[in-house]
Amino acid sequence: MSAVLDHPAGHHDHAHDHPHGWRRWVYATNHKDIGTLYLWFSFIMLLSGGVLALTIRAELMRPGLQYVQPEFFNQLTTMHGLIMVFGAIMPAFVGFANWQIPMMIGASDMAFARMNNFSFWLMPPAALLLVGSFFSPGGATAAGWTLYAPLSVQMGVGMDMTIFAVHILGASSIMGSINIITTILNMRAPGMTLMKMPMFVWTWLITAYLLIAVMPVLAGAITMVLTDRHFGTSFFNAAGGGDPVMYQHIFWFFGHPEVYIMILPAFGIVSEIIPTFSRKQLFGYSSMVYATSSIAILSFIVWAHHMFTTGMPVTGQLFFMYATMLIAVPTGVKIFNWVATMWRGSMTFETPMLFAIGFIFVFTMGGLTGIILSVAPLDIQLHDTYYVVAHFHYVLVAGSLFALFAGTYYWIPKWTGHMYDESLGKFHFWASLITFNVTFFPMHFLGLAGMPRRYADYPMQFADFNMVASIGAFGFGLSQLIFLYAVLKCIRGGRKATPQVWENAQGLEWTLPSPAPFHTFETPPTVK
Amino acid sequence: MLILGETMQRQRNNFFQQCLFALTGALMSGAALAVGDMPGGPNVLQTNLRPGVTRIAADQYWIHNFLLVVCLIIFVAVFGVMFYSIWAHRKSRGAKPADFHESTAVEIAWTIIPFLIVIGLSIPATRMVIEQKDTSQADLTIKAVGYQWKWGYEYLRGDAAGVTLLSTLTTPLSQMDGSEPMSETYLMEVDQPLVVPVNQKIRMVVTASDVIHAWMVPAFGVKQDAIPGFVRDTWFRAEKVGTYRGNCAELCGKNHSQMPIVVEVKSQEDFVKWAAAKKQEMMAQADDATKEWSLADLSERGHKVFTANCAACHQATGKGVAGAFPALDGSKVVLGKSDDQIALLLKGKQGTAMASFKQLSDVELAAVATYTRNAWSNKAEDNIVQPKEFTEARK
Repeated sequence: MSAVLDHPAGHHDHAHDHPHGWRRWVYATNHKDIGTLYLWFSFIMLLSGGVLALTIRAELMRPGLQYVQPEFFNQLTTMHGLIMVFGAIMPAFVGFANWQIPMMIGASDMAFARMNNFSFWLMPPAALLLVGSFFSPGGATAAGWTLYAPLSVQMGVGMDMTIFAVHILGASSIMGSINIITTILNMRAPGMTLMKMPMFVWTWLITAYLLIAVMPVLAGAITMVLTDRHFGTSFFNAAGGGDPVMYQHIFWFFGHPEVYIMILPAFGIVSEIIPTFSRKQLFGYSSMVYATSSIAILSFIVWAHHMFTTGMPVTGQLFFMYATMLIAVPTGVKIFNWVATMWRGSMTFETPMLFAIGFIFVFTMGGLTGIILSVAPLDIQLHDTYYVVAHFHYVLVAGSLFALFAGTYYWIPKWTGHMYDESLGKFHFWASLITFNVTFFPMHFLGLAGMPRRYADYPMQFADFNMVASIGAFGFGLSQLIFLYAVLKCIRGGRKATPQVWENAQGLEWTLPSPAPFHTFETPPTVK
Repeated sequence: MLILGETMQRQRNNFFQQCLFALTGALMSGAALAVGDMPGGPNVLQTNLRPGVTRIAADQYWIHNFLLVVCLIIFVAVFGVMFYSIWAHRKSRGAKPADFHESTAVEIAWTIIPFLIVIGLSIPATRMVIEQKDTSQADLTIKAVGYQWKWGYEYLRGDAAGVTLLSTLTTPLSQMDGSEPMSETYLMEVDQPLVVPVNQKIRMVVTASDVIHAWMVPAFGVKQDAIPGFVRDTWFRAEKVGTYRGNCAELCGKNHSQMPIVVEVKSQEDFVKWAAAKKQEMMAQADDATKEWSLADLSERGHKVFTANCAACHQATGKGVAGAFPALDGSKVVLGKSDDQIALLLKGKQGTAMASFKQLSDVELAAVATYTRNAWSNKAEDNIVQPKEFTEARK
């Protein structure tokens, strides 16, 4: 082919062709730089969402109204949800995808470098719209992160800002997904067949398809809210021939796959870490791939289990109950596979492994409460109570967030070239695990006792467990500062990381020097 | 100074005491706030569902315990293996990694077994779904309507047919802001509870007038979303006389936590007596919407209507909440022609929190309109609105 491609490896000099200073970030087209941007962005959003959560927990520490008024309280719960889902968890996984996928499949970069830049730089304006809506007349939207109509039709201009923010974030996600799918399908190193791809790459491939399928659905739902609000349509207004419940059907058709969008890449990260620290190959690789695909497909036919109390007909309730229960099977397969990977391995327990084991342990609790919630006649008692709040924080915080921490500690030596401080990492793990459970375990009790969610104030009988949860929440919030410190310390220095970093770690990323050079795999490696 | 110091000291002690109690909460029997269990509501430090007073609630209690045991067995089995492995197969104990990485037999087994467990769980669940959804052959039908932020009830059939109730929270603001001690039924007490007879199948027809609410009473095992413009139904048969409490369970705006549900279950005779008395009372109170009312009478009545229905948003001061709820003090609509205000009260304003208040009587609406026209600094030219103007406007 052309002479350019025939350059011998190692003779490239790229020092002159990528910008420095602020231009490096604003004009970034390198997957590693964009990955870094995503990760810092999501961490800042995690802290913002965390501040909102702590304000909520401060108000709920005792019965009565102490610090915030109910209207503002509802804004806090709404924005906490939106910021954490769209601003923290999702972009963080995209950050991991950017950093890791090219390195793990032996590609030189992402397929569409400029679109990659655009999909990141769409996020800060969206975040500004979201956070800025607090300062608009009437404040931020207070309709809950699900933005149920007709309550969302009642809101002030903050609601419109949120709608636009979510539109922008959706566009960003779709572009990111197209990029990821194209990269994975077209740019794998010679010899890396689909069934030889690392699990993290597999889970992201499936997640990207989920994103492309459902983000437009969400955009449709909120656009209908927008036109109901301003242009006289009545999609969700019975008086005009619409139906408020239709909003919920559309929203959850997006919302349930969304849950898996936030957890599948986490499964991928854990599936990378467990084999490394067990010094043993992943057990049941192909069944892992099939389980992930089954979860993704099933996720499209379970949405109405979020709506058992809307009053569906018997057949509807039964169908969605059975389909939901079925998801337990492939999810169980994954957990059994991880345990079997550990079985008769030779384990060590560095921070990534601790977080991965913590993930399996605590995520499984969230999975089991998921089975309890899937039982429709029982969900009638538990729906919209703190039991549900406990359940989804067990899968999203102890699930997604713990996996993100695990992944960060696992790959940060590759990113920075330094080992992180192991004792800090372990301290972060134990502090997070304990305070997480202190915060969210009592919420199961509150839900069983009948405390509804999204309540700014509650009867005195709920006071004790709320106090425990609030104390735990402040502990959990503070524990994340340890993480920030550990990361900053690792960036600034620390023991030099070897190229392989972890003893016997498998995968193409460990064949690169640490830190990984700006451009990697310009000549693709060959996979046996 | 000394006294102040002492008070602060005492407050601080109280706070630490409470933290301590809360932390050791599981052992102490809820001495933290010195509050007892709420009759018909949640218990202090309640950690599980309770059997409730209906067959459905008892079934839910049973299936929850059953699921809990199943989940616990799975949990112990899986993590028993995992933690054994963590203990036995660690490098520091000299473990050498094995090199197996698949086993078709094992993988098929642990796909099939969970599948069978799930089928086992779905059998009792299916029976319960069918039972819960069977609203046929009810002895009594009651319509519940969710409003921002109260519940309205209307007895459609049975001894109390025609009786209507508006059920509003009675917890005063002074208890919420901490200036008065909270009552035992804080936030779960209303002026007019729903009254139903014991051992009768009650069908609840649930709807809403503004946004989605949810009618929930844990002791009955019932939760039904109230959807504006649509009716959905659910049912219960309370087997024990008493008072039972629940909350609105679907986020419905600002005072979501302030529209509780209180149901009094009475014996059949007591219920019939109550229904008769209630009907008499309604007759006696029925306002004559055709007569001319005096400004003073309307204003006085209007003040009450305003406090119960309007003050949550527009505030007792009439100043509203900037950016969210408009002020009525100085409002153009209130000071302008009465027709506009009448239309607004009857129809609400699309796209805002201002719902239709057509569920109020003509006298109540006329009273509240008249009140706003003369309250605070308002001195409307059209300073009195008569009930018959509403009667006319409704046609």
